[in-house]
Amino acid sequence: MLRGENGAGKSTLLRMIAGLNEPTEGKILIYGTPNTKARHNMGYMAHAPLLYDELSGMENLRFFAQLYSITSDELLARAMERVGLDPKLERRIGQYSQGMRQRLSLARAIFHDPRLLLLDEPFSNVDPDSALQIAQLLADMRSSGTTILLVTHQAGLLAKLADEYVLLSHGQLVSRGPMAEVQQ
Amino acid sequence: MKADAIKAATETPAVNMSFTRLAWINVAKDLRLEWRSRDVFNSMMFFALVVVVVFSFAFERDESKPVMGGLIWVAFLFSTTMALNQSWARELRNGVLDAYRVSPAPAEALFLGKVVGNFILVSLLECLMAPLFVVFYNLTSVGPLWQLILVALLGTWALVVNGTFFAAMSIRTRNRELMLPLLLLPISIPAVLSMVTGTSQVLSGEGSPIVQLKFLAGFCVIFTTACFLLFETVLNAE
Repeated sequence: MLRGENGAGKSTLLRMIAGLNEPTEGKILIYGTPNTKARHNMGYMAHAPLLYDELSGMENLRFFAQLYSITSDELLARAMERVGLDPKLERRIGQYSQGMRQRLSLARAIFHDPRLLLLDEPFSNVDPDSALQIAQLLADMRSSGTTILLVTHQAGLLAKLADEYVLLSHGQLVSRGPMAEVQQ
Repeated sequence: MKADAIKAATETPAVNMSFTRLAWINVAKDLRLEWRSRDVFNSMMFFALVVVVVFSFAFERDESKPVMGGLIWVAFLFSTTMALNQSWARELRNGVLDAYRVSPAPAEALFLGKVVGNFILVSLLECLMAPLFVVFYNLTSVGPLWQLILVALLGTWALVVNGTFFAAMSIRTRNRELMLPLLLLPISIPAVLSMVTGTSQVLSGEGSPIVQLKFLAGFCVIFTTACFLLFETVLNAE
């Protein structure tokens, strides 16, 4: 879990790992592979939903899935169900609530079962029940071997899930350690 | 899983789809978005319509022929500029462009998809506007019609390919609506001159547009290749 005050550089760090921003120095490796060559094994969820307002949930996922060479609707329907959305919902996402967009954004990040999942505030705009549901989903993914790096101000939701925390301040790593330290 | 196996799994290329298929997916998406919102086509159509009507007041029907080539391309050039800005603005809403950038799909497929999508929209506009030019300006083609069609196709491609590239370049600037014409128009002047001259030659029957067609074809090949090669750098520039 990435922690730090506003402007500490948490989102920027996630963007750098995702390959959206260039680091000023050094390089980023994911399981030994440069991050720009490991994109198919990465899922990224940002503050913004990264979805087209004019398309339905399923149409959005179908478009992005094709970029990963995934053509099976079953996989996409499963991703939507995992985040608590109905795959048959035909409404355009411009008409979705903020919480539903957030969940669909998560579905977009996980439909291809990435080995590394980067999440920026996955619980923002989500009601408490849905937040618990998302936390459970993340716990399941963690159990099945997915590495999850996330930014959240709601650390309590992940108290039992996260292994480690990293504290940033003004773009610098201040401390890191087991999650138990945060609880103390 | 051992470290080597994890590394191998991470390096496995996931994009098995052909490049053209990926480009077509982008075209289909763009056309679907446009069909549902119609924000690009409506603004293009309105602008072109205003140009046709306003200039029809300025010229007598029979005296407009010498300037027809210029008039037609003024309408299409500025309508296209409007469309190109909009087509990229759509990718910025909700940060969707980032979702494309983190995917393993090549950036060039997005570029080709955008170019083809915009080309279809501008060509459709030209088809719809052609009867209006005939009605308002008593337009007839003295030269062969196929030459006029070829000038239109090559000219439109030249505008769209450059415009899509420069629109992508200006997408993150604060005054992108102003930036695009500033970048696009100077570099497109040679093509615009050929389009206008070629169109006038076919409409008036004075001279052959073959030289203009050859120039436009060369322009299209050179700029399509250059834009294609440079697009990834432009897309990832922060």
